[in-house]
Amino acid sequence: MPDVPSAPGAGDVSAVEETRIVTKRLRDRPDDSWTIDGAIAGGGYESLRAVLTKADAADVQEQVKLSGLRGRGGAGFPTAQKWSFLPPDSFPRYLVVNADEGEPSTFKDRMLLEHDPHQLVEGITIASYAVQCNTAYVYIRGEFALGYERLSHAIDDARAKGFLGKNILGSGFDCEIVVHRGAGAYICGEETALLESLEGERGMPRIRPPFPAIAGLYAKPTVVNNVETLSTVPHIMRMGGEEYAKLGVNRSTGTRIFSVSGHVNKPGNYEVELGMTFRDLLYGLAGGVREDRKIKFFIPGGASSQWLTGGDEHLDAPLDMDFVQQTYGVMLGSGAVMVFDETVDPVLVAWRLAKFFAHESCGKCTPCREGTGWIEKVLYRMSHGLGRPEDLDLLISVGGNISPGVANAPFVQTTICPLGPSAVSCIASLNKFFRDEILDRLRNEAGVHA
Amino acid sequence: MTAAEPETKTEAPKSTVTVTVDGTTFEAQPGELLIKAAQDNGIYIPRFCWHERMKPVGMCRMCLVEIEGGRGYPPACTTPVADGMVVHSQNDAVKQIQDGMLEFLLINHPLDCPVCDRGGECPLQDQTLAFGPGESRFVEEKRHFAKPIPLSELILLDRERCIQCARCIRFADEIAGDVLIDFIDRGDRMQVLNFEEQPFDSYFSGNTVQICPVGALTASQYRFRARPWDLATVETSCTTCSVQCRGAVQSSSNRLVRLLAVDSEPVNHGWLCDKGRYGLEWVHSDHRVLEPQVREGGTRRQVSWPEALDQAAEAIEKAKDLHGAGSIAVLGGARGTNEDAYVWSVLAKGVIGTDHVDAQLGDGLPADFVLGMDRAEIADLDRASAIVLLDQDLRDEVPVLFLRLRRAVIELGVPLVDLAPVAHPLSAHAAVVARKVPGEPLAENVHDEITRVSAGRPGPVVVVVGRGNLAAAADSVVGVAAELANVHDVRFLSALRRGNVHGALDAGLAPGFLPGRTTLAEGRAWFTEHWGGVPAERGLDAEGILRAAADGKIRVLVLLGADPISDFPDATLARRALDAVDTIIVVDGFDSESTRRADVFLPATLWGEKAGTVTNLEGRVQRVGRKVAPEGTAMDDWRIAGELALRLGRDLDLATVDEVTDEVARVAPAFAGVTSELAKNARDGVVLPMADHLGEIVMRTRELSLMAEDGSGTSWDPIKVEGVLVDAAIPVAEVIDAAPSIDVPALYRWDRLAAQPEAPGRDAYALRLVVGRALYDEGRLVSETPLLQRLVPELSLRVHPGDLARIGVDSGGQVKVTSTRGSQVVEVRSDNGVPAGIACMDFSADTLGAALLIDADLPVVDLRVESLR
Repeated sequence: MPDVPSAPGAGDVSAVEETRIVTKRLRDRPDDSWTIDGAIAGGGYESLRAVLTKADAADVQEQVKLSGLRGRGGAGFPTAQKWSFLPPDSFPRYLVVNADEGEPSTFKDRMLLEHDPHQLVEGITIASYAVQCNTAYVYIRGEFALGYERLSHAIDDARAKGFLGKNILGSGFDCEIVVHRGAGAYICGEETALLESLEGERGMPRIRPPFPAIAGLYAKPTVVNNVETLSTVPHIMRMGGEEYAKLGVNRSTGTRIFSVSGHVNKPGNYEVELGMTFRDLLYGLAGGVREDRKIKFFIPGGASSQWLTGGDEHLDAPLDMDFVQQTYGVMLGSGAVMVFDETVDPVLVAWRLAKFFAHESCGKCTPCREGTGWIEKVLYRMSHGLGRPEDLDLLISVGGNISPGVANAPFVQTTICPLGPSAVSCIASLNKFFRDEILDRLRNEAGVHA
Repeated sequence: MTAAEPETKTEAPKSTVTVTVDGTTFEAQPGELLIKAAQDNGIYIPRFCWHERMKPVGMCRMCLVEIEGGRGYPPACTTPVADGMVVHSQNDAVKQIQDGMLEFLLINHPLDCPVCDRGGECPLQDQTLAFGPGESRFVEEKRHFAKPIPLSELILLDRERCIQCARCIRFADEIAGDVLIDFIDRGDRMQVLNFEEQPFDSYFSGNTVQICPVGALTASQYRFRARPWDLATVETSCTTCSVQCRGAVQSSSNRLVRLLAVDSEPVNHGWLCDKGRYGLEWVHSDHRVLEPQVREGGTRRQVSWPEALDQAAEAIEKAKDLHGAGSIAVLGGARGTNEDAYVWSVLAKGVIGTDHVDAQLGDGLPADFVLGMDRAEIADLDRASAIVLLDQDLRDEVPVLFLRLRRAVIELGVPLVDLAPVAHPLSAHAAVVARKVPGEPLAENVHDEITRVSAGRPGPVVVVVGRGNLAAAADSVVGVAAELANVHDVRFLSALRRGNVHGALDAGLAPGFLPGRTTLAEGRAWFTEHWGGVPAERGLDAEGILRAAADGKIRVLVLLGADPISDFPDATLARRALDAVDTIIVVDGFDSESTRRADVFLPATLWGEKAGTVTNLEGRVQRVGRKVAPEGTAMDDWRIAGELALRLGRDLDLATVDEVTDEVARVAPAFAGVTSELAKNARDGVVLPMADHLGEIVMRTRELSLMAEDGSGTSWDPIKVEGVLVDAAIPVAEVIDAAPSIDVPALYRWDRLAAQPEAPGRDAYALRLVVGRALYDEGRLVSETPLLQRLVPELSLRVHPGDLARIGVDSGGQVKVTSTRGSQVVEVRSDNGVPAGIACMDFSADTLGAALLIDADLPVVDLRVESLR
């Protein structure tokens, strides 16, 4: 267990450091980490060789289970459990890598793709071996031009070295990786929309059941994993699951990369052991807020998450997926922390977020298709001096029709996927933390005296 | 009458699950969707995207419900029932969601109901009233699009009204296989659209208008023509082709304005083709002949009915006296009702005494085969061990049968053996493709392949048989049919296209036959007893009649809704024949190339103006309804026959169409028991012979109502006709006229003795001609309906690219084609679906056209094709 500051406002953050596992090679070898030579010099493919010579599929699954690894894409679902849902006798089956990183302010997978594609290739190959699949698809965000180029080279180079293709390292195991570029849709990061898009259809989420593990890509059993999740797998095999699980806190084991952005002095990706506090992350690693201002609020886990404020209680909360969910109703999500200082109008931020979700709503479900657009329009008015005092409650009500119970989590959703509810997170947060401030302003602007 | 009736479902053995919805507990089939099970038990869960003939998508979220013990609010349209399930579709939480959903659907909807075709029968209106909030809280600017925009000549789209349920897109993809529309953009800018420079030209596009839950899709034919509450409706069958889809025809101010599909489980599943749906205007065309006319010198003048009928009767009587009954012939009868055909049969065979009668015009199959083959019903496609397609692209001739075939093959996985001469949309899904070259025997391995693909599957092999190639003799089709019937356990499903051709043949309008599928020989005594006489010997079919006429042996020719010059494959022969006849008596609604030669023109009623029964391609007798009063003084065909009989000395004593139906039920063996009362009340009609189906006929309990009682809207959901099951069997002996001491004649059965006619070998320089019909052809229905007229395809010769190269011409160039009948210059097109050595052309009897190339003397037609360079 890392040290968790016990008293609010306490804690010397000067000694805070990253725990580099997944980012080690790319930090150590900034000039050639993405090349095959750089990767091998940095220990690349050693785990794969060890797995293929010493372990069987069940061993890999067991180590990943012991590691407690949970999905790094946002939902945090236990990886080994996801793999175990594949029906035992159904072939072919597919591994699909979700490299469609599109959650606003998240940029960790991009770094992994651009600077350590071999780590991902190795992770994919080991995972494929574990789930007994011979074809893996990487669905990569279309805008990731450099990532696509480096990943494609990495796959070619790995194949040339016998780390991919037929009879990998003489083990008899075959694995191919197909890279598919997205065309610019946030929704395609949702796993079933991703599968639709991969099949050449319009990117829209599928009705579940059937779940992808039963009928996914081309109606075959399919595992969908995130880039960071799979990049972690070689290290789990190298360290051993139990050893990996010693890192982190509670059910949030290991390390995660946090993309810190906004009004901090040193924005960037930081790989830290889970259990560290937000204060450590934001002040210790990201250098604190510009011009020593206070944090007004921050979004702890990507644009879809509800917000936390700059108060001591929230800053001293640990990076523990379950703790923040259960205590504050927020999520660590994709690991993107967006920081806003005291100069920021939260309504304007909410409008900008809502505009994103309205733009990216795929249009399939009525509440999201119509509701996100409505919310955006109301927030635009509210943030541009055209609001009415009743607009905040209108937003809560409209949001409640997308996510019944959103005002007091846990909430449910009336949509197929969580995109619509994501657009409601900011409204719930506005209401929770800034209700009086907003109502005062709206009344003022409307010429209404309380 | 199929196993898939909802009424029979609950009688299945104890394999049901118990479900409770809103306090009502009922049994349902495991795996059945909650929304359907609830609906079948009287609980209407609101919905927009779900349609029971299509796969659920769960998009509109209107049918969200709460299930005890479950998480969240799952859609009833994607949730299968489970035993012990307790569901709430009306509690406070669900009501709140329904309110919210309707509010969402309306925020960007223009609410222009007063000027919307759907206003008054709109599911969005109705469900907002039943389930929605009273007012909207939306004060922002609504989404705007240019509107309406044409998706095709027939369909217009208003994107502001659209609620993005994807019913149209899913229909085009899942049901029709015409992937021509899809969503573009996303979020609240998402819109349905056709692809660039590719209109929504599907033969089935009109169905999307009917199932649209708002007024987003409108039909150019119906747009702004009527308000739903001003329409009067009659249930009917479409007789544009022989599928005879069930429909509800509507009129306003005595004009037919709309035909909606009724969902008949055994027949059309709630779909229509666009030709049937929009082919209404011809009935009210300015070109109709509305008063009787007789020829005086070179011109025809209008006369009274008695005068015209007298003249016609005199001509018949004179010819009979001077040249015998065999000098009189009747062509046609497939356009009318069974009653029309029957009374004409009485007139021709019983009164005049001629057997030169044919409802087909040489473009069908011999009556000996059609009347006596082992028949399949349409629904047998779904349960066949294999389907053999011994025809061409069904879309062009019997479009909705294509939809049923497509469903059987693609959705139900029945193996298809494709013998069509050229490729068609289902070829890609066929288990076996063995292109039947006209004049050549079946490929050697066809029988083995049929055995292979049908192995292990129950049910007979269903052979869909039609006249896929008008340029090859019909005998060759019968020869193949016999070969198949002698090797496999087969049943035949006729794909002959003419509206009521099967009813006309059943009524005896074919040489050698008498009404009720009995032969002249077998039924001689019986019908002599009932009619007072029958022809002495078997007469000629259409081809024989035309040849005899050309030789001067036919003095009086009756054209009963027939245009042989345009419809007989060999137009040269038809023209020669008509020019040689002394007197032509026409019973029709329009002048045509043939009827212009009329000496007596007797104006007849058309579909929509007459009631009665018709028989579809599976032998199902159903009602057609009279919706409008006839134009002018037009009379029903059967009444005209009765009047002529009277003038020829016989009073048939038939005053109403029901009396005709009842007489047919008494005297025609295959129709035994199919009384007017039964025909009016049997929900799904009656498949002939009724004796095979006793006890399965579902009787109707109430008239068709387009306004659902639950206020759920009208035509957008499948229109069902309610019914109860009749389980008492009615013995044939009780229903047939048993008075005479004569045995009821046996039903005729085909002897399966037929061989393909010998055909000459193919000349290496020639291309063998395949001629089929396009759906939008030169028929009267299309030519008198301006909207459809625009869809008639340009005439071209379609040839394999390899042959094109050999001829030395590019696709789109002109070639000279020569047959034994003559030459013409046509445009040639490259087509990969046409096998090498074949040339394919749509049937057309225009100045250019296949009818002028076809030679009825030859079993096949070979063309010499030359580049014009």
